[in-house]
Amino acid sequence: MNILRANFLFHYAGPQAFYGLAGRLWPWCAALAAVFGLWGLWLGFMVAPADAQQGEGYRIIFVHVPASWMSMVIYMAMAFWSVLGLTFNTRLSGMMTRALAPTGAMFAFLSLWTGALWGKPMWGAWWVWDARLTSELILFFLYLGYIALTSAIDDQRRGDRAGALIAIVGAINVPIIYFSVKWWNTLHQGASVSLTKSPSMAQVMLWGMLLMALCFWLYTIALVLYRVRTTILHRESHTAWVRAIAQEAA
Amino acid sequence: MIWQAFWAVVRRDLLLAWRRKSEGLSAVFFFVVVAALFPLGIGPELNVLRNIAPGVLWVGALLSSMLALQRLFEADYRDGTLEQMALSPVAMPLLIGAKMLAHWLVSGLPLVLLAPVLGLQFDLSGDALVTLTLALLVGTPILSLVGGVGAALTLGVRGGGVLLSLLVLPLFVPVLVFGAGAVEAQVSGLGVQAHLSILMAMLLPAVFFGPLASAFALRIALE
Amino acid sequence: MLTISNISCVRGHKPLFAPVSFSLQAGQALHLEGDNGVGKTSLLRIICGLSPADAGEILWNGSSLNKQNPEVVESFRASLCYMGHNLSLKDELTPIENLLFDAQVAGRSLSHEKGMGALRKIELNNRAHLPLRVLSQGQKRRTALARLSVSEAKLWVLDEPFVALDAQSLDNLRALLANHVLQGGMLLFTSHQVVELSQPNGHALDVQPIRLVAA
Repeated sequence: MNILRANFLFHYAGPQAFYGLAGRLWPWCAALAAVFGLWGLWLGFMVAPADAQQGEGYRIIFVHVPASWMSMVIYMAMAFWSVLGLTFNTRLSGMMTRALAPTGAMFAFLSLWTGALWGKPMWGAWWVWDARLTSELILFFLYLGYIALTSAIDDQRRGDRAGALIAIVGAINVPIIYFSVKWWNTLHQGASVSLTKSPSMAQVMLWGMLLMALCFWLYTIALVLYRVRTTILHRESHTAWVRAIAQEAA
Repeated sequence: MIWQAFWAVVRRDLLLAWRRKSEGLSAVFFFVVVAALFPLGIGPELNVLRNIAPGVLWVGALLSSMLALQRLFEADYRDGTLEQMALSPVAMPLLIGAKMLAHWLVSGLPLVLLAPVLGLQFDLSGDALVTLTLALLVGTPILSLVGGVGAALTLGVRGGGVLLSLLVLPLFVPVLVFGAGAVEAQVSGLGVQAHLSILMAMLLPAVFFGPLASAFALRIALE
Repeated sequence: MLTISNISCVRGHKPLFAPVSFSLQAGQALHLEGDNGVGKTSLLRIICGLSPADAGEILWNGSSLNKQNPEVVESFRASLCYMGHNLSLKDELTPIENLLFDAQVAGRSLSHEKGMGALRKIELNNRAHLPLRVLSQGQKRRTALARLSVSEAKLWVLDEPFVALDAQSLDNLRALLANHVLQGGMLLFTSHQVVELSQPNGHALDVQPIRLVAA
């Protein structure tokens, strides 16, 4: 990695510089998210044909699948920032992880709800204990655990480091959980229900899901950047540059 | 010198548990109560009880472990002994591993010994009881080793007990699935080899990483 | 030799005390002074490695402790005996059990005779087989201090060691500390009371004050 890129990265690792960068980026991300979202929803709900077996109800997958993806991706991002934070001891890492958590939890919750909404008309039950939904539920608990732990610890620095550890431990555990839940599911034959068995995908359906995924992705970036700016202002409130901003606003 | 320190910690914790008997017994008592309450809640139909036995007994063991985990570091944290362990030239993960071993001997091993007795109440066959005991023998140490991380992170934190349960729940799920799965496999005539092997495969990394992660978390708590 | 270089500590966004530097050699005693709340205990914990410093460096025998080099850290901890506000004793164990376990956990060996000898010196040998919770506060403190007399550590870091001691125990402790320094040990302590460490010939030991000032 050449010197210029390293300097660039380390420059933006400082809260003040990151504050500026985030401020410039998030409006663009929000705008793009809106564009992709509208496009994706139009494709999913207007253009894509009704499914032969599942009728109109299947359309919920345009929200369910991207939400599941995002809940996984965000958790991996949290684990990534946590590793950075524990290795390099940067203040920003803890702030980013904390900013990611609520959005990740929201997507996990959304995925669970849309999964239930899909399951009811299809299989007659509000909740089905298939491998993916069950793993999603446990992922939701992982998010809740992180948020609860970091909120309960008063000292910010200790909270950041404790949260980083639990995020990393959780991330290592996710594949183990998924594997064991899958095993458990195949063991108990019962309902051979699988919400992963999506309808044979027409081109337009794939595009719809992809666009919705991009929308959620950009929405997350926009929201997290916005949220982390507030956290930066709060945590660095004792520094001169924050006081200057406060005085300008007054 | 190093192993002398290890066994000193084990002996000290066992001695303390012996002198504070009520604490060690409460978690075991909880296990017995849970196992007794389920039939009362579900009905005496032996076929039903036989079916739910592996799950019920494993969940009882899990909940009992969660309760017991709160005590793992609490006392040492409050009286300053934990600090002395952090300042010892002997590697802290080793000393923490010693604490976990003592903790398992006091809170986990009794569950392993009690389970076959409680399993009789659910009309489990002799073979199933053996499988249950073996599975708990391999599984309960994993709970002590891995749950220690949660106990360390929530030291001195508000709402510690409930928070601890929330943090360790996802970590316990794989142990529960394969532990209860082993007994169910035995009952339905499938081989238990796979389940027990997977449990052992989870135990080995837990022995290494549990104390390491917990020691790291404890240093964070001591800052 | 212990060297503290420009150590500062931040609590709640503000630095506690002005950056402090000093060094401690063999045969030297340092008294850390300062007003209540200025951060004396925090500084002692930073020196021991329990809390991280927000700036500055700590050197042990020339090597930095900041870099977490395992050999340096292990050598430092083997030479350190720290006593904080907590007694670090178990109430359910007897004084002799506490001493023996404490030594073993710290990686040292201590024979039963030596332990009883240390307790005899502070006149606790009659109570040595009673659980600590039936002893008085002063007796518990004396047990904690007995750890020092059997310790082979070179660096003693003590936070308010003179608190809650009667006149006789105070004398014993002063003699113990003076003896340690005279034999080439290092001593760093905080104390609200003005305490003189006297040498056997009656002269006062030279104790250098280090003053912590609020930032």
